[in-house]
Amino acid sequence: MPMNLFCVGLSHHTANVETRERYARTDNEALCETLGCTEALLLSTCNRVEVYGVAERAIENARLAQYLTVSNSAASEGLDAFYRYESEACVQHLFRVACGLDSMVVGETEVLGQTKQAYETARRLGGAGPLLHRLFQGAFRVAKQVRTYTDITRGAVSIGSVAVDLAGKIFGELTRRKVLVLGAGETSERTARALMSRGVTDLRVTNRSRERAERLAALVGGRAVPFTAWENECREIDILISSTAAEEPLLTREKLAPVLRERWERPLFIIDIAVPRDVAPDVNELEGVFLYDIDSLQSIAEQSLALRRQQVAAGEQIIATHVAEFGRWLRREEGSSRRGSNVGPAVIAEPPLRISES
Amino acid sequence: MDRLFLVASTLCFSFAVLRTALLIRGGVFRPGRSNFVAIASGFALQTAFLWVRGNALGRCPLTNLFEVFIFMAWSVALIYMAVGPAYRLSLMGAFTAPLVLLIQVYALLAPIDRPSPAKIVVNPWLEFHASMSIVAYGAFALACVAGLMYLLQERQLKTHQLHSVFHHLPPLTDLFAAITRLLWLGFGLYTAGLISGFFTGQPLPRLKIACAIAVWLFYGALLQGRHLFRLTPKHVAALCVVAFSAAVSVLWAITFVSQRPT
Repeated sequence: MPMNLFCVGLSHHTANVETRERYARTDNEALCETLGCTEALLLSTCNRVEVYGVAERAIENARLAQYLTVSNSAASEGLDAFYRYESEACVQHLFRVACGLDSMVVGETEVLGQTKQAYETARRLGGAGPLLHRLFQGAFRVAKQVRTYTDITRGAVSIGSVAVDLAGKIFGELTRRKVLVLGAGETSERTARALMSRGVTDLRVTNRSRERAERLAALVGGRAVPFTAWENECREIDILISSTAAEEPLLTREKLAPVLRERWERPLFIIDIAVPRDVAPDVNELEGVFLYDIDSLQSIAEQSLALRRQQVAAGEQIIATHVAEFGRWLRREEGSSRRGSNVGPAVIAEPPLRISES
Repeated sequence: MDRLFLVASTLCFSFAVLRTALLIRGGVFRPGRSNFVAIASGFALQTAFLWVRGNALGRCPLTNLFEVFIFMAWSVALIYMAVGPAYRLSLMGAFTAPLVLLIQVYALLAPIDRPSPAKIVVNPWLEFHASMSIVAYGAFALACVAGLMYLLQERQLKTHQLHSVFHHLPPLTDLFAAITRLLWLGFGLYTAGLISGFFTGQPLPRLKIACAIAVWLFYGALLQGRHLFRLTPKHVAALCVVAFSAAVSVLWAITFVSQRPT
């Protein structure tokens, strides 16, 4: 019998979050048995739920929707949101997903880790056989190639990650850098956390309310310093994250210039995420100071996203080559299968993937 | 025959430059393995040229302006091969290749490959002096390249205009560390070359000594000025570019003057 390779699912392109929630099944126990497939794999992320399968007969979308339903609502609700890809179209779709081309944030790499996780689970439960093994290994290879040969993953696309990227471009390693968080807002917290995740160990927090400073310091693993001492701290620190509710700029050119004379070889990176701004814009004109406010960070995030979008065509080209190659292999295997031989079962005996590997 | 090696080497560097230019135009600027291979091949061919020319002359091939330029281009490539990958400055190749190409194209096209009119006797001190000085120039050239990279990166960070090249340029602090290392390396080699010049046993033209000491003082002041005059990294980077441009002009002038028949 010919093998029918298919993918049925829904994603942020076709369904809103309420619909996606309805079909957000994550466990794939007895997937093959329930659906009557020879091989099956469930890929479930916050933006998509998809079943990749190999079956001798076509399986209806409604049957798959029934399996994926997690709420008590009827499976037929939101059935229109389901898409179906078969054979080479299925291969192309998976390759695009793994490369992040089908993601909400184009080029994001988290989906690749989730795809590897889904494959690993299916392999462990016996759902991934020789065909899906080959298909997913191919997807991981293509994703790596696309990441290497295009700028699809280049540049940060959120405020926190843009700030961390810029800090890396100024200081290189961040482990020995000193950071001062001025004001205990939510965005400061996120940015501070992002910096800590890149190895920063010396993080100081200051706020008009000492209690709030101590709370944030405890949350992010830093230490609170008195608000009256923040100007003095500028002599030592490398990165300043500012987000107070002050109505006038706290840091001006006149205040900072004498401090800079004492640290002429060390750059100072200032992230001003407060509105109205805490740092006077002309501070950026001072030698060795790199000042970024919320608008400039947002603008860089948008530039990165635009750059990623420009790279989509290059990624599609790489994918097309691999889809064609896989299609040839698939037709050869179908031919062999009709003649009675199997898809080489030895390939599945490979060691499990490391989820973190790229 | 030896010039064929040089032409082939120039083609290798042209390939590296052309590839980089195309990548910039395509909006994707990344240091690739093919660039490194092209530069490494160009360097190997330069070495072959110097070896053949040296064998023909029976001494270090530094007898005319042409050979001086080629030796300098070779030194730039040599130091790039030694320090580029070590300091994670792989993109330096994209900046080094145009510099080497410029020197070699000028050397090949200008009518400067003339046998020296003066009779040259083999003198190990003289050869040591010349080769040390030129390798030092190679280090200064790369400090200049790193300086340009620093200025480019600093400008992008300051103006918030981040181009494709931004993501491939090293961090500012790494670039500054590379600049200071290259300056110290060049300064050490140049000092050795300068001192050895006094042991050659030959009469030393006053102009040549004055120019050589001026270059030495300039770089010495640059290295010490960081602390004495509180020069910022940006100033040091800019002065590296100025210093190398001045030094290469001086080198050209010295060699040109010394080659003129008296």
